[in-house]
Formats: sequence, C-alpha cells, structure tokens
Amino acid sequence: MTIPLETPTSVVTAGVAMFAEALQHQGVTAAAVDWHPPAAGTAASVTRVMADPRRVPANAEALQAMLGAQAALVDVLPASEALGLERGQFLHAGPPVSWERASGPLRGALIGAMLFEGLADTAEQAEAALAAGEVAWEPCHHRGAVGPMAGVVSPSMWMFALRDEPNQNTAWCSLNEGLGKVLRYGAYSAEVVDRLRWMTDVLGPLLQRAVRSVGTVDVKAIVAQMVQMGDEGHNRNRAGTLMFLREVLPALIDSGAPTSQVAEAVRFMAGNDHFFLNLVMPACKLQTRAAADRPGSTVVTVMARNGTDFGIQTAGTGDRWFTGPANTPEGLYLGAYGPEDANPDIGDSAITETAGLGGFAMATAPAIVGFVGGSVPDALATTRKMYNITLGENPAYALPILEFRGTPTGIDVAAVVRTGLLPQINTGMAGKVAGTGQVGAGLVTPPLGCFVQAIDALAEEAPELSRPRRSGSAG
Amino acid sequence: MTDSSDSARQVRVRTGSYLDSVTLMQVSRRVASLPGITAALVAMATDLNLDLAREMGFDVPPVSPNDMLLAVDAEHDEALAQAFVEAEAALTAGPPTDVSLAGLPAPRTVRAAARASAATVALISTPGEHAFSDAVDAVDAGLHTMVFSDNVPLEQEVALKEYAARAGLLVMGPDCGTAVIGGVGLGFANVVRPGPVGIVAASGTGAQHLMTLLDGADVGISHCLGVGGRDLSAEVAGRSTLRAMDLLGADPQTEQIVVVSKPPAPEVEQAVRAHAESLGKPVRFGLLGQATATLTDTAHETVEALGHSWVEPEQRTGAVAAARPGGSLLGLFSGGTLCDEAMILASAELGPVLSNIPLDPAWALEDPLRPLAKPCPTMVDLGDDRLTRGRPHPMIDQTIRLERLLRAIDEPATGVLLVDVVLGLGAAADPAGELAEPVRKATAAGIPVLVSVVGTRDDPQGLRRQLDTLHDAGAWVFCSNAAAARQAVRLLRTEEAGR
Repeated sequence: MTIPLETPTSVVTAGVAMFAEALQHQGVTAAAVDWHPPAAGTAASVTRVMADPRRVPANAEALQAMLGAQAALVDVLPASEALGLERGQFLHAGPPVSWERASGPLRGALIGAMLFEGLADTAEQAEAALAAGEVAWEPCHHRGAVGPMAGVVSPSMWMFALRDEPNQNTAWCSLNEGLGKVLRYGAYSAEVVDRLRWMTDVLGPLLQRAVRSVGTVDVKAIVAQMVQMGDEGHNRNRAGTLMFLREVLPALIDSGAPTSQVAEAVRFMAGNDHFFLNLVMPACKLQTRAAADRPGSTVVTVMARNGTDFGIQTAGTGDRWFTGPANTPEGLYLGAYGPEDANPDIGDSAITETAGLGGFAMATAPAIVGFVGGSVPDALATTRKMYNITLGENPAYALPILEFRGTPTGIDVAAVVRTGLLPQINTGMAGKVAGTGQVGAGLVTPPLGCFVQAIDALAEEAPELSRPRRSGSAG
Repeated sequence: MTDSSDSARQVRVRTGSYLDSVTLMQVSRRVASLPGITAALVAMATDLNLDLAREMGFDVPPVSPNDMLLAVDAEHDEALAQAFVEAEAALTAGPPTDVSLAGLPAPRTVRAAARASAATVALISTPGEHAFSDAVDAVDAGLHTMVFSDNVPLEQEVALKEYAARAGLLVMGPDCGTAVIGGVGLGFANVVRPGPVGIVAASGTGAQHLMTLLDGADVGISHCLGVGGRDLSAEVAGRSTLRAMDLLGADPQTEQIVVVSKPPAPEVEQAVRAHAESLGKPVRFGLLGQATATLTDTAHETVEALGHSWVEPEQRTGAVAAARPGGSLLGLFSGGTLCDEAMILASAELGPVLSNIPLDPAWALEDPLRPLAKPCPTMVDLGDDRLTRGRPHPMIDQTIRLERLLRAIDEPATGVLLVDVVLGLGAAADPAGELAEPVRKATAAGIPVLVSVVGTRDDPQGLRRQLDTLHDAGAWVFCSNAAAARQAVRLLRTEEAGR
C-alpha cells in the first residue's frame, strides 16, 4: 500500500516558523503546531514509545473499548457483600499510602470509619489502632471501586454496583454523603457518623429495593444528558442528580417503606447536588477499565490521589502505580478558610477526567468557571486544549457549545509528556487537619513526574530501536 | 435588610437576591482581601453556610435559605463599612461583557494539527532530538513527512523510515532541505513550473540546482522528493529512495525520473538501479563524484532525453580577468552539494582542496573560518552542521560569509573568490544585495569574485535582479555551479601562466 502524491492544499508544520510563512506565500494553508519541547530528560523514552509498533493498534483498541463501555446501575448493597470487605478492612482513594504518610483528611476519614464500624469508641482509640497497624487499608482501585475525596469505604457502607456488560466488568462506589462536614472530607464528628448510620440503615436498603424493582438504571445515558445540561460530572452534578431521582422516585414511593423514610431519603438526595457524582465515578471507572491491560498502549486508565501522592496507571503497564507529590488545588474557599487550610489534592474522582469528563468537559459547564476566576472562553479553551493530549472523542458525551463535538477521551501519556500539557482536573478541597471537612473547590493538575515515570516504564516495555546494520560487504 | 451587629462585626441579610455559589465565593474572597478585614462570608443562607457563619463566630439572625448572608468581621468600624460598600458593589455589578467564544487554541502536536486541517503533508523542523517523535506523529496522522531537522541519530532514521513504510508513507529526510510536491515547495525550495521530471534527491542544494537548471531550460518538475543525505548509505539502504521512486513511477505527471546523490554504497546503488529497471519509466542517475557528471551534465542529458534542445546556462564575465598574484582559490558556500561539486572540479585540475567537508580525509581543514597560512585551494561549506550550531543557516542569514569574505580580501593567500547564492522560498530576501559591497571591495583589490546563482525567474528574490546586482558590483555570475567552478580554476591558471 502506498498513499499517492497529490498537490497539498494544507501542510502541517512543526518547528521553524519561516517555513509556514513560505507555504502561505504559495497560497497553501500552513497548519502550524505551537511546538514546545517535551518534558526534560524524556526524549529517549518518548522516542522508544513512539517507535513501538504496538502503540497505535493497542491505543486504537483501547479507545474503542472505552467508547463501547456501558454503565448500568444494577444493585445497591453493603461493601461486605459487594467487595467481600471484612471487619477491619478499609478502602481508600488514590495509590497505596502508609499511616505515617497519610494526609489529614485520609486519617480523619479512617478514624471516622473506625468509629462508624464500632472498632473504636473514641477518635484517640481509633488513631492509636490505625497507627499500630491493627487494621488494614488498600486503594479502592485495587478492588475495582472508586471513592471521592478520602474515598474511605468500610464493610458496612452501602455501595452502588455498576455493570459494563460488553466488557464484563463491574465497578463500585459508596453513596454520597452531601457537602460540608462529611467523612470523605476527613470529618468524623458525631453528626458525620450518625449520617453514615442513617445511610446504612435507611438510604442504602431503600435504594436497593428501588433499583432492584426498576431492574437497571442506565447511568451512561444520564451522563450523556447531563453534559448537555451544564454538568461536567465532577464539580457539577446537578442535572444528573435530578435525572437519577426521576428514574428511581416512583420505585421509592412504591417500595412500601414508610413515607417518612421515603421523604427523608428523597430530601437527602435532592438536597445534595453531588449525589450523582458517586454514580458518574463508577461509570467512568468502567469506561477506563475497559481500556486496561493492553501491552503497548499509552492510555491512562487511572488518575487518583490520596491527599499525599497523585498516582496514575496506564493500559500498557498493568496495575503499576506511577506517583508524585499531589499538588494543592487553586480555587475558592468556603467561609474564612484560605490556601493555608487546604490539603493537597485527594480523591479517586479524577477518574472523571480520565474518562473525558470533569475538567475535560469544562466547556459544557460555564457556570462553574469562576472557581479560578476564569471566563467562559477559558472554559472552552480548557476542553479544546485537552484534545491535544487525548486519543479521540466520545460521541456519546457531546458538547453542544462545541457543535456537539465529543468529549476529549483517552489521555495519551506520550502526548502529555511531549506537549507538557497536563490534564485539567476540577476538584473539591479538603481541610488539611483531620476532622475539618470541606474548605473549598477549585482546579488542579497532576504532577508531571507521574507521566515521566509512566513514559519511562512504557519505554522499558517497548522494543529497542535496532542498531542499523550495514547491508552486504562493501560500504 | 436587617442588621445585627456588635462593634466591628456585622451580619446583614439580603432578601430577594440570588447568586450562584461560585460568584458569591468570589465576592467573599474580594471582601476578605480588603485591608482591616479579618473574615468575610457572602453566601446564600443554606444550612451549610449558616453553620460556616456560626463557626466563624457570627450570630446569625433567623433567615430563609433563599436569603443572602453578608457577614463581615473587621478590625474597626471604618473597615467594616468599607467592606459592605465593596460587597454591595460586587453584588450589583452589571452584566459581564460578552466575549467572543471563537478562537481555537493552536494545536500542540502534529496529530492535533492534522486532525484540525485537511493536510496531506507534514514539514518537521523541530530540534533533531525530538524530530523522530514529531515525524512518527505525522505518519500516524497519515501524512507524507518531510524532516528538515538534522542531528537525527541514524537508528532513528532507519526506524522512522520502516515505520512510515508500514503505513505506505514517504519520509523525506532527516536533514532534507528541499522538496516540491505537486508544485508546492517545502523548506528551501525554488519556484519551478510544473512539468514531466520527477526528482529523487539525497542532496538538498543538488536538487535545487538541478531544478533551477531544468527550469532555465523550460523543463518543469512534477515532484522533487528529498530523501536525506544518508538514505543511500549502507545502513539506511535507500529505504526512502526506493519508496520515492515507486511514488514517481506511479505518478501520472512524471515521465522522467532523476536520482541525485553522492555516490551511494555500492550494494545500495545496485539495488536502486535494479529497482529502476522495474518502474517502466526512464530513470537517470546523477551521481556526483566525477568531474564528468556534474549537476549541469545531468540537467543537460535530461533535457535532451525529453527532446528539448539544451542551451548553456547564462553566464557573464566579471570585472577582474585573472587571479590576484600569489593567491589561491577560496570558495565560501552555503550549499553543501554545490561546494562538493566545485571541489571535485577544482581538485581534478589543482590537486588537494582543503575543506571542512573534504573529498579526502587528508585534506581536512581544522578551523574553516581561520585565515590560511599559505595559498592553497580551499572550499568551506558554511551550511555544515558544525558551523550552524547556534546560528541560522547561511542561506537564511549569510553574516558569517560576509565577515569571512571581507577578511579574506585582506589576506594575501586569497587569489580568487568563489561563492554560491541560493534563491527561493525560505532563503534570504536579497542575498546579492548583501554581497555587493564585499564584491566591490574584492574587485577593487584585484580579486575576481565568481558567483553561481541557483534560482529561477519566479523565485521571490527575482533571478534577473540578483544576477544584475552581482554583475554590477563586478562579479562574474553563472547559472551553472560547474561553470563557475571551472572558470575559477581557469582564472587561477591564467594568473599562474602569466607569472
């Protein structure tokens, strides 16, 4: 196969600007690249990864799998049943972390979970037991689950179970507690634990009954609609929450539960604009998981933070974590809180960006651009920039303001390293001190180091460029 | 509006106002940052925000969630009053100015640029260390790719050419200075007319000169495909040359194919010649290396093979008719192949020619910019990689040559000066104009200056104007580089004979 020569009407140029001008002088369009050198010290790895003959087909398959992934809510059940989580076992957001290195909000959430499970009577007791290693914790991602902010899951907490039938995967996420003083932001006061108890005793079972009676709720379809209604699926989930309620409300009413309980549950869900976040996240997990385990692929399958480290995984490197120190978000603060109160970036919710939502879909959520004093054109520019570091576009999640262009999907490690453009993440901010709760919301990027490590690892897996041999005898 | 205050702390409630939380957080931040303000909260009176206000130490009056809370803690009354003025101003700010939603951010990768355009070709001129990745990106996007960048490692060149071959695409380069695809010039390219000759070139200025010679004889070009100077080496094994020949073989516009190169590795030459037999079109080889196979000779043969008659390229006599006594020949070139060709012709007559790109390793010139101790034929390729680090190529900016020329006039070892001028897209706007002054000075000093001009009548600099400028200054001018070199040797001989 050979592509024939034809007179070009447009030429892509990268490098010397003069050559672009010379083309324009001839009446030919120069599609000029705004070229920047890749991250320092990565040239050799980038070259080897770019030369890997497996890369293009593996990435194409990964992208197809991501676009084909489904996400249906099929059940709501306790983590002990869903994930086989046992007493004394906890899950948390981000890559693995020791108690010594754990951030304030993660410590706070683990303390709260100890209290909630009755493993300690006081915060002090809980802290001592955690520090002594009497209980165990591991990343949600290790069990196919995701958790917002601290992401702490204990056996008695109820989980949404979402299913991707085409790829035969299941993903799980806890139920969203609302804003302010909540466990996921590291708060563990009595009101926090009481709320968790109510969620376990009332909300979880009610939702289980409703979902089982409805059969399945097509979460992917709701996500597709919410991105056309001003939600980017990470910091804004207002339309999604209402549409989810619409799906389950009749079944809740029909459930035979006392009306007071139904009303309480509905009031709780309707009063929390982020309730649907915990359904967007596992839907995104299913999408990115569909791409996983493809040798040669440079697609990012996980971006997650534990409040200390930011970690990523790629399709070409299995379940290896590539970590770097988490950045602290920039944005707006609640009340009297300020930058000095904010903990570094935390939560598995960056799975939304990994799947092309959140910061990547910023163009659809101009209502929240103010988080960094940005403007509506900034929001459009953010999404448009992300197309530079993604493999493709997701037609299922179409952005009306960009002429229904699909969200930028499939972050390519090689493109991130080559351009130095980092994924844009929208996020909440937790207080640095355990027990504080939420202090604000804003924008953050991963540390470049994660991507540099990942490209080095991908390069090691890639075949070496063969040394040229001199053919024949003479020369 | 209701107030509840104690000293410099006050909570106000606005009813009937709603603003989104983001806007209100911005107002809070703006108020809190005023001098003398300890804390400020401007927020809708939701339960969450009421809790926040209480935690901040405010006494909150009974309110509905649809009310707006303005709570300020200040160091003194004056600051407090100012804070509310500021808050009110921020809350009642007029509608924001509409700003254009248009304007795409510039693409950051070749792939992104390709997706946003109808491009079929890419031109990569990024630093050599990164050019491979950018070129692979272009190939992934389905583009024939010219790599202008130099300093690309050999194994990357081989890998890139294999990678592109799997996609059915041509890589021109690395270190490819010129290409013409369907009449569109890429890199340094002369403006030539369309025609029946397709060129495959492992030499940039060699290809440019062949094209300008053909154009001067009214023979046009279908495509000129550069392949990079190393393509016909044993290691690269003609990977791009073979593919370029296939493309020209299949191209309906192309009647004659010419391959221009330094002599290839013998086994590669054999393979390329064998491949030429299979194309079903005449293929001519212009392999530099002998005084009988100049670019001008190749152009001559090609023109006659097409049934046209050959007219010798234009040349004009200069003001000085013999070399300055006691001096030798100094060539200062911007085109490597032009320098090569001149050296081959000169050494056949004069023996060793010192150079930074010597024909024989024994003739190597340590520092090509230093004055010569004793007269000896010398030719410098000022476009050589080692001389272009950190400065523009002399075809773009010939400052380095102008400086060397002016100094050479005062050096007794200089008897004849030979230079090239390469016109075309990408080249300097008026190279002849810049050379005029040194030419006048050399002429006045009794040194003949011979200039070979590589250009066409349609080049932006204008061939005629460039020739006139140089000739008016006293230079000999030639549209054939070989003719210029031969004449330079002749002037040196004339001087020697006259002694």
